[in-house]
Amino acid sequence: MNATSPNERSALARAVLELDVNNHAGVMSHVVGLFSRRAYNVEGILVMPVGDGAMSRIWLLVNEDLRLPQMVKQVEKLEDVLAVRRHGADHAVFERLEEFFRA
Amino acid sequence: MSSTPTQAPRAAAEAAAQSANPPAGETLSGAQIVVRLLERQGIATVAGIPGGAILPFYDALSASDKIRHVLARHEQGAGFMAQGMARATGRPAVCLASSGPGATNLLTAIADAKLDSIPLVAITGQVPRAMIGTDAFQEVDTYGLSIPITKHNFLVSSAEELLEVIPRAFEIAASGRPGPVLVDIPKDVQNQRIEVREWPEPGRAQPAPPADAAAIARAVDMIAQAERPILYLGGGVVHSGAAQLAVALAETASLPTVMTLMALGAMPVDHPLSLGMLGMHGARCTNLALDECDLLIAVGARFDDRATGKVAAFCPGAKIIHIDIDPSELDKIKTAHVGIAGDVSAVLQALLPKVQPQFRKRWLSHVAGLRAQHPLQTPGIDDARTHYGLISAVAACLDDEATVATDVGQHQMWVAQAYPLRRPRQWLTSGGLGTMGFGVPAAIGAALAEPSRTVVCFTGDGSILMNIQELVTAAEEGANVKIVLMNNASLGLVYQQQTLFYGERIYASKFQAMPDFVKVAEGFGIRAVDLDQAAQPRVALAEALAAPGPCLIHASIDMNEKVYPMVPPGAANKEMIGG
Repeated sequence: MNATSPNERSALARAVLELDVNNHAGVMSHVVGLFSRRAYNVEGILVMPVGDGAMSRIWLLVNEDLRLPQMVKQVEKLEDVLAVRRHGADHAVFERLEEFFRA
Repeated sequence: MSSTPTQAPRAAAEAAAQSANPPAGETLSGAQIVVRLLERQGIATVAGIPGGAILPFYDALSASDKIRHVLARHEQGAGFMAQGMARATGRPAVCLASSGPGATNLLTAIADAKLDSIPLVAITGQVPRAMIGTDAFQEVDTYGLSIPITKHNFLVSSAEELLEVIPRAFEIAASGRPGPVLVDIPKDVQNQRIEVREWPEPGRAQPAPPADAAAIARAVDMIAQAERPILYLGGGVVHSGAAQLAVALAETASLPTVMTLMALGAMPVDHPLSLGMLGMHGARCTNLALDECDLLIAVGARFDDRATGKVAAFCPGAKIIHIDIDPSELDKIKTAHVGIAGDVSAVLQALLPKVQPQFRKRWLSHVAGLRAQHPLQTPGIDDARTHYGLISAVAACLDDEATVATDVGQHQMWVAQAYPLRRPRQWLTSGGLGTMGFGVPAAIGAALAEPSRTVVCFTGDGSILMNIQELVTAAEEGANVKIVLMNNASLGLVYQQQTLFYGERIYASKFQAMPDFVKVAEGFGIRAVDLDQAAQPRVALAEALAAPGPCLIHASIDMNEKVYPMVPPGAANKEMIGG
């Protein structure tokens, strides 16, 4: 989606967003739609239910961008999003998965 | 839906069953439940068009003696009728459509409601659950299509869920920054019968969280220290019912006041502090005053590009106080020195007693000088056969109780500039989405919601054809709408832009064939008056506006008239052309 080369991509600062959401069909669409309509690429997505399955947690790996604070505010407005937390790119959640994503 | 929504009603039903006198349960279909919930919500009028997938609902609706159904002739018309009701009253309104094309036809009206923050509940029929995803007849992914244009949406998967979803839809539509909510109900869910023992409370607007008192205190200081402040009112002032408070703030602190297109009516246009509409078609004095201000107090406004022009050059020397109920609007376009997230009414109520009365003699006299040197030019305003003159003549026949709707185009901007709007919710116009075809059905909706008012709809020959079919709905309902058709035989704003910015290469903006609009209106069953043929246009106009029921008033306008001043798209507001 973004016209950046792999080298440029790795040079960009990253951020990790952690979202608590209601677990039902459509929540992912609501979340990723906010990014796609702004041509803001989501580099990584992880979702799993938590607890009894009524809620899920979504982890998003995104590029640091001047628009990120606005993105977070937009995500917070979604009815099915209960909380948003922002972490640095060094968060363990994606790093541990890297072995599954070797070319 | 998750499992959670069904738990509350079930728990309530169980609690009721355990009490000494359990209320008798009723066995009702999902469709009957929705009708009952709408009745309990206080909905008196709905607009829609039936079709296969929503027929169970219509069957149940036919038994209601509390809800009147208005049969639109296109679902987009139904959507804009509901918008007219919601904009005129401030309360959520309901539109209905069947699956597939019914739902897709609603989308433009829903998107329009999203951009102008209008509380709307759209209920659509869907194919039965077992057929979803099979490309069934009239199946479309209504849920997916409506995600980006609604505040929230639901695909209901059981009749029991309706008890949670319908009140919730109204609560979401009305709470915080209002907006449209879509509820998609599969046909089998409408037919599913369940026992209902207890009804949920109707969904109501939830109060916004209180605003930051420290930020309000900083705003008070900034207002006290400013030398050249301007108050900038947006549609949020109208939505919040804060017009009187805003006027009181302006008067207390001597604030010259500008309004966005959406805020017109919040401060009477002839108030001494009013500078009218800002932006692309604002008066020169208005945009020049903004260019000089040292403090901009934005209230319920979102720094839309039609208001700001080139953002970097908008109020270049000003500090900014931004008050909005939607935290995502703060710092979105312009970084505020003080951003206050909160309900505009509540914030102004907290702010006002702290603001010291101040009379800014130098600034007010400077603004008065700008106004005298660069007023809005309204050539021909005394001649009812010109565009400004016609608008002025219509206003002269009516009082402030009249409601004024418009379509989209040159006529809309001329009315915004020249009609003496003095009442919040007097003005119904498609601002954010700029939807041609909005005017006639929105005016019908407003007339149905407030039958005591005269509703005038200014439209153009381009716009009216985009929902002309609703003339027959106006006739059928006897809606008190007076449609003033300003006919310049062109797509006037396109023609204007091609003339000014595309080397006069006029293409696809002049209509070669022109319907006889008087005959068209009469063919649809409504009265029509042609002012072109009237020896005394003012007399003919007054008669047409005074007679009850729908009427079309046709008037030709010179194709070469332009909306001036005009800020070229992308330019700074002080770089106005004309006017």
